[in-house]
Amino acid sequence: MPKITINGKEIEFDKGMTVLQACELANVEIPRFCYHEKLSIAGNCRMCLVEMEKSAKPIASCAMPATEGMNIKTNTEFVEKARKGVMEFLLANHPLDCPVCDQGGECDLQDQSLYYGVDKSRFSENKRFVKEKYMGPLIKTQMTRCIHCTRCIRFATEVAGVSELGAIGRGEDMEITTYLEKSMESELSANVIDLCPVGALTSKPYAFEARPWELKKTESIDVMDAVGSNIRVDTYGWEVKRILPRINNEINEEWISDKTRYACDGLLKQRLDTPYIKKNGKLAKTTWEEAIELICNKINVTDPKLIGAHVGDMVSLENIFSFKKFLNTINCTNYDFRERNFYINSSDKINYLFNSSISGIEKSDLILLIGCNPRHEATMVNARIRKAFVKNKTPIYSLGDVGDLTYKYNIIGDTTETFKEIIGGKNEFSRKFLSSKKPIVIIGESALELKSGKFIFEEIKEFLFKNNFINKNWNALNILSQNASTVGCIDLQFFNEKKDDGGTFFKKIKNNNFELIYLLGSDNFELVKKNEFIIYQGSHGDRGAEIADIILPSPAYTEQDGMYINLEGRLQECRKASYPAGQAKEDWKIFNLIIKKLKNEKLFHNYEDLKKLTLGQIKNFSGIDSLPNKIFKNNKKLNSEFFNEKILINEIDYYFTNSIARASKTMSDCRNVKIKSLKEGTNN
Amino acid sequence: MSLKEVYNEQPNIFKFSDKNQKIVDEILKKYPNNNKKSAVMPLLYLAQKQNDNWIPLAAMKYIAKFLSIPYINVYEIATFYSMYNLSPVGKYFIQVCTTSPCLIRGADKLVKVCKEKISSKERKLSENKRCSWMEVECLGACVNAPMMQVNNDYYEDLNENNANKIVESLLNDKPLKPGSYRGRRNTSPEKDKNLNGNSSK
Amino acid sequence: MIKEENKIFKNLYNDFGWEIENSIKRNDWNNTKEIISKGREWIINEVKSSELRGRGGAGFPTGLKWSFAPKEVGSRPHYLVINADESEPGTCKDRDILRFEPQKLLEGCLIAGFAVNAHTCYIYVRGEYYNEGKRLQEAIDQAYKKNFLGKNACGSGWDFEVYIHYGAGAYICGEETALLESLEGNKGLPRLKPPFPALVGLYGCPTIVNNVETVAVVPTILRKGAKWFSSIGKPKNTGTKIFCISGNVNNPCNVEEEMGIPLKDLIEKYAGGVVGGWDNLQAVIPGGSSMPLLPKNICETITMDFDSLVKAKSGLGTAGIVVINKEQDIIKCMARIAKFYKHESCGQCTPCREGVGWMWRILERTAKGESTYRDIDLLSDVTKQIEGHTICAFGEGASWPVQGLLRHFRKEIEKKCTGTPIVKKKRNVPYLIDQHLLEKENA
Ligand SMILES: Cc1cc2nc3c(=O)[nH]c(=O)nc-3n(C[C@H](O)[C@H](O)[C@H](O)COP(=O)(O)O)c2cc1C
Ligand code: SF4
Ligand code: FES
Repeated sequence: MPKITINGKEIEFDKGMTVLQACELANVEIPRFCYHEKLSIAGNCRMCLVEMEKSAKPIASCAMPATEGMNIKTNTEFVEKARKGVMEFLLANHPLDCPVCDQGGECDLQDQSLYYGVDKSRFSENKRFVKEKYMGPLIKTQMTRCIHCTRCIRFATEVAGVSELGAIGRGEDMEITTYLEKSMESELSANVIDLCPVGALTSKPYAFEARPWELKKTESIDVMDAVGSNIRVDTYGWEVKRILPRINNEINEEWISDKTRYACDGLLKQRLDTPYIKKNGKLAKTTWEEAIELICNKINVTDPKLIGAHVGDMVSLENIFSFKKFLNTINCTNYDFRERNFYINSSDKINYLFNSSISGIEKSDLILLIGCNPRHEATMVNARIRKAFVKNKTPIYSLGDVGDLTYKYNIIGDTTETFKEIIGGKNEFSRKFLSSKKPIVIIGESALELKSGKFIFEEIKEFLFKNNFINKNWNALNILSQNASTVGCIDLQFFNEKKDDGGTFFKKIKNNNFELIYLLGSDNFELVKKNEFIIYQGSHGDRGAEIADIILPSPAYTEQDGMYINLEGRLQECRKASYPAGQAKEDWKIFNLIIKKLKNEKLFHNYEDLKKLTLGQIKNFSGIDSLPNKIFKNNKKLNSEFFNEKILINEIDYYFTNSIARASKTMSDCRNVKIKSLKEGTNN
Repeated sequence: MSLKEVYNEQPNIFKFSDKNQKIVDEILKKYPNNNKKSAVMPLLYLAQKQNDNWIPLAAMKYIAKFLSIPYINVYEIATFYSMYNLSPVGKYFIQVCTTSPCLIRGADKLVKVCKEKISSKERKLSENKRCSWMEVECLGACVNAPMMQVNNDYYEDLNENNANKIVESLLNDKPLKPGSYRGRRNTSPEKDKNLNGNSSK
Repeated sequence: MIKEENKIFKNLYNDFGWEIENSIKRNDWNNTKEIISKGREWIINEVKSSELRGRGGAGFPTGLKWSFAPKEVGSRPHYLVINADESEPGTCKDRDILRFEPQKLLEGCLIAGFAVNAHTCYIYVRGEYYNEGKRLQEAIDQAYKKNFLGKNACGSGWDFEVYIHYGAGAYICGEETALLESLEGNKGLPRLKPPFPALVGLYGCPTIVNNVETVAVVPTILRKGAKWFSSIGKPKNTGTKIFCISGNVNNPCNVEEEMGIPLKDLIEKYAGGVVGGWDNLQAVIPGGSSMPLLPKNICETITMDFDSLVKAKSGLGTAGIVVINKEQDIIKCMARIAKFYKHESCGQCTPCREGVGWMWRILERTAKGESTYRDIDLLSDVTKQIEGHTICAFGEGASWPVQGLLRHFRKEIEKKCTGTPIVKKKRNVPYLIDQHLLEKENA
């Protein structure tokens, strides 16, 4: 390995590193504003200047490739002088309005001026005025604070894939703006707030809400989709004030989607904080005792065959497990978690995971999407696909037209017939696919929902096995789950594959065969109520509560500990950051109460007990935060029927996918902006 | 360079004329197939020419779509380069160079003429709407200072007197000829004449 | 003084006609095929031994630059780009070449293109040079008609296309990497180096960027021999050069002269002397606005070549000589130059974006007599904080003239710094003590 000397210490570095990265290896911190690991190098702030032997000028370490034998010094007077000079310039036109700036306390400029700022401002001219810019409902601007590092522009063009931000004008009059001050059309837009090293772009919904040092910070997991983005939940008392990304290069890198970040104001609204009972067609507050009593009575008089249960999109493993155990105790076998009926083969873990892993996307050399819209179904996965596209020029193909995915892709067809041709080697695409080394096939729930859903899954799996695209080192088979609870539900077998007398679960629901339905946090499930008695247990007064006869309040994901398995099969822990609203009780405790009443038994002794039992059920479990152990045996292909049909991809109302998001004002603002721009187009 | 203001009365559509579309095709031939983006500057220039010497937003959009580049990039370019006008200018657009080499030979006098004859403010149209003027940076004709550019042409070796005449002629829509106003051959030295700059009294 | 036969640009003032027929009479395109047939090595070596240095400002040895282009063409084509963005205040030499000696440039392009393995050449002409560009296009068309350019150019077996690309008003696009950005259809923001354009330039391909004058002298060098060229001027500062003499002289003009000619000769013999006589001279900017000015005493003896001027803490730059006599307010002159840089900064890097406007404001205040003695040191600090800390050399170009002013005219500035500072004398007051209060206490 090549060597470089930094402050007299010789260290080894990897080829391709910059001087700044080498300095970091040597534990030498370099101040910076424009440089960001995940973005291209701009080298424009000039804060990272260091001394290089044989160079009369200091060099920008972020942009200079490290080379063998370089001698770098970062602690000399020469360097300090250069940095102080740059700092003075940065502060010259900066308003220095820290007391009224939301960035205060977590501002790079504030921090670094501590080390490199001069004690008094020598800038006695008028400071530059820059007009505020409108950038949509999420981003508040104060452009006089901008230091022109262009991180936001680079993020928008490189990572988010929407070239909507730019720097207009030139010289000292340069201004950052969106085109004619349009709102930014990206599901990742608010990441620029984190990226902005100063307070020029701050969070609109969080404006003047709190100072960072007042907030309690809890490391947790997001449940808005099946990705399991790592987040930090900042609370002030009961209120979740904001949600920020945590770095996890395996999953979300440094970013989170706008929904993950901003649905949190939905945690304060529409909350169920006490049990309700419907009396004379109207919901009325009640006590836990009364509610449980009534539920027990109902269960006692209903034939278990006529009891149905459904679990929602954001329920944790523990709660799914306790729900299932509860249902089994009352002999109910009709339950499911799917919002619509799609094909699942749960015989082996690889059948329902995103097997190549999210970071694996970057290693692939060809991506085939079958009936999915990763941009809306799993935003962070889409960001990774884009990264592969930008960084490696990975070609991307799709069966089905999904609209703008922020990168270029080829639509190779939109019928199952085309799919059949590809599998059969009768399509010219087959050759491309077979000549790739590490292809990825991503199958969406929309595809599995087709009549040919089973055909698609079973055939592609067989095809991949046959051509050795599923082996020890590479697994091309990927299912794109949409909900945080999906993989957990399949793992815990929270659905019934067998067809018994009355047909499938979905048929029974459709035919109104059930007398009693128990919904656990289930708000997206299509159910046209007739005479069913419905129990809804969950956190929000949303669609499920609307049709319920009894409502039991339980905590939202930020208010209880819980485990989730993301679409890759990675088991992660979501942590309690705040406490449940009003009288809400943890779900498993509620089941305990009911069973106690019914059978005078306890389902679980305590949470630890529940957690241990749940973990015992997880297949191929390898440890928290890591991918599951995988078994690669080629199970026999199941026979399936082929239908020639169009591959339709279900539209998703992105900002409104779950009960928390629907309660969020911010999400509904975003949705309105989007609807408006869809109507008016961006063309004026 | 202060940020350019976008004119508030914008036409809704823009399209290159047939004649200009042919020029567009010629321009595109200059650049490699994968790099047609290079044509953005010539196309903006052409659009400006077609639209009475200023570029409407619709033209930026048209060009952005035509070259498949984001709107914001075209907008950035249109605001970065000083020759693109984003709001109307006079039929005769007078640019007076006032950078030091011109300044020390009396460019301020030319500015005075413009202020008196055309409009008190830069970029404001004259009363008869025929002319507008602005100060610009070095136009690269320093040995012929002071000078000014009217549309495409350079008027060189000026003084207050002939600047007055030139502006007058432009206001009357009968432009005088461009070139040196001391009758010398381009940038050649004139040994015989004693041609003091305006500065010497 | 230059001998008439040593002049390369005989038609500098268009005395003999710019059209290709006239150019051919002046020996252009005479034995181009023969020159090319001697091969790349020979051409580059000949240019190297002529000691030709770039005429665009930096004075980089041209032959050496050409040798940086990869010897073999890989998967990416090579490009030759001619820098005709001429925007440095005080400079207007390339304009005359474009209008009156275009064939010299075009022939130079073909030879340079061949030497660096480029089949395509873009000439980046500043947007304001509309008429010059039009003329150049006519010249290109004429050359194509005679098969001097295009397929098998000049019968040399080398295919060579030449295109004009116009700028649109941005001095910074003269900086070679900003120029390439602009040519690619972007804002003219200089690129970070390394990589250098010779390896990663236009469209990511190996690219050689040269000034108009640099390339236009090459055919004559090759025709008359490197020895001939290097015998003119001084060692390492060889050949002839077009000087632009503007400002307070009686006959401002462009002339071609030998490198190393005394500045005084240029002013007295060609430009008709300083307005008001030599003793009325205050200062001279010797190489375009970016180069520090020289006070009269240095102007007496200085010779115009790269190395002598560097020794005098200035530079030859583009050889745009701006003469300033005693009737001018030198501070105002420099404030105007600072304003130029403020107007033209691309704005990407901090020191230049924030510092250049600051310099201008201080100078402007000073010219009006509103500055205090503290502003002098501040101004000097600001220039030093810009210099050497930027992506491109614009930072130097902007701060050097001000440094020159401070170096040679400090007294004049001090006279102007009559404003009263809040604190009367410099004192080492500890941090955090409010100096206003301190003053009162003492009063
Ligand atoms: C701010 C700046 C402006 C420049 N402007 C010009 C210019 O207008 N014309 C030019 O030929 N070179 C200009 N240069 C120099 C070019 O960067 C480059 O050095 C030159 O084109 C190389 O050509 P040469 O080797 O033939 O001199 C400029 C450099 C800087 C830093
Ligand atoms: S020095 Fe000035 S002109 Fe050069 S890159 Fe930096 S900001 Fe742009
Ligand atoms: S971090 Fe290196 S220049 Fe900004």
